[in-house]
Amino acid sequence: MTQPTAETPAADANAPAPVPESKKAAASAVSKPRSGVWWRHALAIVALVWALFPVMFILSAALNPAGTLSASSPIPQHFSGKNFSDLFASTTFPFWTWFRNSLIVAGLGTVFQVFIGAAAAYAFSRLRWSGRRPGLMGLLLAQMFPALLAFPALYVMFLRIGEVLPTVGLNTLWGLLLVYLGGAMGANVWLLKGYFDTIPKEMDEAAKMDGASHARIFFTMTLRLVAPILATVGILAFVMLWGEFLLASIFLLDQDQRTLGVGLYSLNMADRNRYFGMFSAGALVASIPPVLVYLSLQKQLIGGLTSGAVK
Amino acid sequence: MSQTVADPPRSGPPQDPHVSEVAHTPVWVTVTRWVLIALTIGVLAYAAQQAIEAGAWLIVIVVAFIAMSVLVVYSTRRFIPLKYLLPGLILLLLFQMWPIVYTAATAFTNYGDGHTLSKEEAISAIQAQSVRQDPDAPRYGMSVAVPEGATVQNGELSLLLTVPPAEDAGELEEGAEEGIGAAELGENVTADGFQLFVGTEEGLEPLAAEGVEVRGNGTIGAAPGYRVLNLMEANQRAQEVQDFAVPVGEDGAAVKPATTSQAFVGQPTISYDEENDVMVTAEGKRYVAQDGNFVPEDGQGAVLPAGWTENVGFDNFLTIFTDPTFRGGFLKIFLWNLAFPLLSVASTFILGMLLALLFNDPRLKGKGIYRSLLILPYALPIFVTGLVWAAMFNQQFGLINEVTGLNVNWLGDPWAARAALLITNLWLGFPYMFLITTGALQSIPNDVKEAAAVDGAGPVRTLVSVTMPLLLVAVGPLLVASFAFNFNNFTLIYLVTKGGPFDSGNSLVGNTDLLINFAYRLALESGQPNIGLASAVSIVIFMLVGAISYIGFRQSAALEEVN
Repeated sequence: MTQPTAETPAADANAPAPVPESKKAAASAVSKPRSGVWWRHALAIVALVWALFPVMFILSAALNPAGTLSASSPIPQHFSGKNFSDLFASTTFPFWTWFRNSLIVAGLGTVFQVFIGAAAAYAFSRLRWSGRRPGLMGLLLAQMFPALLAFPALYVMFLRIGEVLPTVGLNTLWGLLLVYLGGAMGANVWLLKGYFDTIPKEMDEAAKMDGASHARIFFTMTLRLVAPILATVGILAFVMLWGEFLLASIFLLDQDQRTLGVGLYSLNMADRNRYFGMFSAGALVASIPPVLVYLSLQKQLIGGLTSGAVK
Repeated sequence: MSQTVADPPRSGPPQDPHVSEVAHTPVWVTVTRWVLIALTIGVLAYAAQQAIEAGAWLIVIVVAFIAMSVLVVYSTRRFIPLKYLLPGLILLLLFQMWPIVYTAATAFTNYGDGHTLSKEEAISAIQAQSVRQDPDAPRYGMSVAVPEGATVQNGELSLLLTVPPAEDAGELEEGAEEGIGAAELGENVTADGFQLFVGTEEGLEPLAAEGVEVRGNGTIGAAPGYRVLNLMEANQRAQEVQDFAVPVGEDGAAVKPATTSQAFVGQPTISYDEENDVMVTAEGKRYVAQDGNFVPEDGQGAVLPAGWTENVGFDNFLTIFTDPTFRGGFLKIFLWNLAFPLLSVASTFILGMLLALLFNDPRLKGKGIYRSLLILPYALPIFVTGLVWAAMFNQQFGLINEVTGLNVNWLGDPWAARAALLITNLWLGFPYMFLITTGALQSIPNDVKEAAAVDGAGPVRTLVSVTMPLLLVAVGPLLVASFAFNFNNFTLIYLVTKGGPFDSGNSLVGNTDLLINFAYRLALESGQPNIGLASAVSIVIFMLVGAISYIGFRQSAALEEVN
């Protein structure tokens, strides 16, 4: 809902400079200047249908009181909250526990991942030390071997750790969180460093002249200046962690330890046809946090992604 | 002037009165810093203590090393870059680098189902399982338990044993003397005179009598720290309980369950001849060590149950590339593993770019709404979209067949399943491409296009010769990254097709498997998990991804940005 208003000022900000120029260009380049817009709308609507029909299908299945896949239809025809109440009341499938687990893992994971990434980017962008370049290269290399490929080792490793420290072993959220954080430093350090580099070094120098320590510069100045890229990295991390499935499915064995992904998967596996309505209801609720995050921070995401890519 | 020069060494508190006045660190900052250091050390000390108790020395060493580096880095004014890097670095080394090293090491072993023990452990396990009851051996009360908080299905089993007051604890007591338990011998006697023990696969320990409830039949009904299983629950793990053996003493004697509530101490019927590395049964049958198992020397009969992990050199890699079932399967998987990410990146990029161009018109109204809705497929979690697409492709009830009027067995036919995956991934991935090309289009300076227009290029020519090349330069690294991501897009395949459909008679190699799905099945889902072989597949994937990314990144010159 906030989107259009958030969009307009930005569009205005972009518009003034190019508009007069592009009008000239359009007039000279396009033979029929008035033919322009309606076919774009038509194609846009086709694109919307393509993008949204599975979403409609989920919505329709979630609202259908029959609750089975065989009874589902592409467009909502019934409106009932039965699937939702069935799911929320179920004890075999503790939906809200899954939801809470997902919030813990994705929430804490995001906070730590952003902080660890920002601190590393600060060291790589602002501090002068030997080993900076090899360090960055090493991180890039480590990134090419994503943690999930090492899952057999992770499995065995956390099995052993769990024998000693049950709170971070297999089948715990904390162990899973630790694994996720293993990639925190490398994941976005290039994106972050690119943005850090755009902040004039003179500001650091000035603060240093005033006697500020490196920590003070980092916490009170740099972090504020790079807030847009932190938002971008935060969105990426949150959505990635919220949707992560492979490691979670290896790690979390018990129903009440599971995250939404693994939990809903188990619901789907229990009986694809019969529980489809409950699954769809759960899927809708599970989609709310990432969709909210996306829609509210869309602008930062586009800006952040391209500022790192386009140099 | 001199401050910047004097700054880097920072051997002590700043001397310059002006600087020290301004740079005075607030007290709360110092306090917070030390509280955080103390907290970290406290947590680590607790972990170390737990590890020492369990005798896990590797963990002790790692924890001690972390504690030392935290102290060294954060309690002094030196190592400034490390102050920012240490947390990430420790996590990176422990949970990303170490597993990679461990995977590499495991790839050269036969670690997996039936081969998880060391050779010594395997020998004692074989001996313990061969234990037979002496006819006159005493019986002890027994309950099956798992640790408190663990589940019935997965908790590690232990046997809680009771020796009635009249009986002599004899062998149990001897066995328990070696165990390092929480309770001393003597503390394990109840008011009624029952002696209590707890047995695990590692051995026997005394069980502190405090808080333990002994039932009328002489078995333990409740004990602190344990969840005693009732008959129904214990029955869920009947096979495991039946094979359970608690080693006592050196000679291979063991405590084994006799009934659901009784256990006995018995002697092994098989012995290990260390000199010749053979196991000999009471009847004189000999089993020789071979490929991590004891196999009958005369070739008659079954292999002894417990095997051990041993180094197998390049055998796993040889298996991948030479074993007939694997070689053909591996090649098929590999080709699909190249085609899938290539086609996915190409299709999503083309659709995303076309949409971005479509919306890149300042006259178009309502762009924000369109964009917010188009982004939805990307915003929904993959486990939702993957499973929903799987449902939509269902032949009988699925939406796709229903709406198109087709009757395609989407998930049952190899080519249809591949098409289904590509369609799903096109839907999932185009919003991302749309987003990044939109951003890149906005960043292409207008004067370049104008220059093209002045030179007489039409809109199509401008697009092909000016906009597209600039666009590709801008999004090139992201396309490579997207390729690398889809190369290992385990989740999508797993959720939509599970790697299937499978050719009849081959449940190992699916028609839509990516390498990583194949490795996952080998490691965790096949009837006989083979973690060594799965690790070898993982290593092969590492190398492929590394090579592809290296080439890609060299092309895109992303490395040049570091200076």
